[in-house]
Amino acid sequence: MNLQSEPVWLLVSLVAVIAFAALNAAYLVWVERKGAGHIQRRIGPKEVGPFGLLQPLADGAKLMSKQLLVPKGVDPVLFKVAPILVLVPAIMSFVTIPFSETLVGRDINLGLLMIFAFASVNVLGILIGGWGSRNKYAVISAVRAVSQNIAYEVPMLVIVLSIVMVSHTLNLNEIVRQQAGFFWHWNIFRLDLSLLMPVSFLVFFVCMLAETNRAPFDMAEAESELIAGAFTEYSGMGFGVFFMGEYANIVIGCALAVILFLGGWQCPFGVASGWWWFLIKLYALIWSVVWIRWTYPRTQFYGLLNLSWKILIPIAFVNLILTSAQMKLDNLF
Amino acid sequence: MSGYFKELISGTYSLAVGLGITIKYFTQPVVTMQYPMEHVKMTPRYRGHIELVRDEETGASKCIVCGMCQKSCPSGCITVAGKKPEGSKKKVLTTYRLDFTKCSLCGLCVESCKPGALDFSKDYNLASPRKEDYIFDLLKRLEEKS
Repeated sequence: MNLQSEPVWLLVSLVAVIAFAALNAAYLVWVERKGAGHIQRRIGPKEVGPFGLLQPLADGAKLMSKQLLVPKGVDPVLFKVAPILVLVPAIMSFVTIPFSETLVGRDINLGLLMIFAFASVNVLGILIGGWGSRNKYAVISAVRAVSQNIAYEVPMLVIVLSIVMVSHTLNLNEIVRQQAGFFWHWNIFRLDLSLLMPVSFLVFFVCMLAETNRAPFDMAEAESELIAGAFTEYSGMGFGVFFMGEYANIVIGCALAVILFLGGWQCPFGVASGWWWFLIKLYALIWSVVWIRWTYPRTQFYGLLNLSWKILIPIAFVNLILTSAQMKLDNLF
Repeated sequence: MSGYFKELISGTYSLAVGLGITIKYFTQPVVTMQYPMEHVKMTPRYRGHIELVRDEETGASKCIVCGMCQKSCPSGCITVAGKKPEGSKKKVLTTYRLDFTKCSLCGLCVESCKPGALDFSKDYNLASPRKEDYIFDLLKRLEEKS
């Protein structure tokens, strides 16, 4: 039986994508806790299984066995829909991620657009979760999440626009294919396409952190001010699904950074390209996300907005203008 | 405008310094002690409850049953008793009871002990729901230790 034939591939890719997202969500929590431990010179989880490797399973079992409380006065529909609205778009986005030349759920031409379309639904989930909770902390958090996402979606999309301009396609697999060869063919090092490429990678990465509500931009959760923000009223697996959605979004964000800037599944030395290189780059980037979380304290809200409107957006637009100017110059000569 | 770029560069640099510090800590060995499995070695001047010191020559306690510790104890938590065996000039310790529930670890008993028969133990893992567990028979503890 040919796995790549329809409709088998539809089912296989769906199951694989859900499994990949769930496994990543579970084990990134472990990576997060181990990383936090060692950065603070602690050990981290160690009791459940060797090196605490079974800790995610224990956590999952605990969350699933807990009661799903629906407090009095919440909007029953919105309250229940919100976790799903956070998790499902994240899983959907995995479908277009090219793990290797052939290993991609749906090699669609508008893959990049589709990921950004679904990434915007994520904030909608947080908004209606916060709104439906009938809790002042949750509402504050939801409002913060929205204004944060608006602020950071602009520079992110402008940066991605410049990448799309130089690669002439929205197909993720095609963008990776254009970065074949040695690592200086990766978009991040292509100074001949745009002088600000490394800077635009940094801007993209910062925006990705903010889009996924990760520290130091976790204004939506902000446990020291807002308890757990939009997730305050959620218990058991409702909270667990929010958590899985957050980690799935991190994986999507890092995968996008790898595809757009770091050559996706291309080998840095031009030999033996494949999904292993994609995963190596992906997890290196995810690790740096964890590293950043445990290095910086949370920014204040005006600092967060200042960073976006005063620094990232101008840089993104300068990058866009420079890129288009460079493209024009190349055409002239 | 120059301040803008200066702040941008110095800010980015300071963020990089922060990342450097955390990755350095990440590679260093952990300092956590796994308490129930591992124990801290107490410093020499740590004051646990008092303990009888063994005489290395005889193997018994150094105590001469003078009763100075009992008299010096402000809380009255020490009870000492001894008897003179037949044909011996020195008294031998028969009972040394410490009521640790009252002891404030002031150390007057250790100071007053001329033969140096008392010392602070390094025992800090004391926990019990029952009061009787804190009335120690130090003589028995000494025998158990040998």
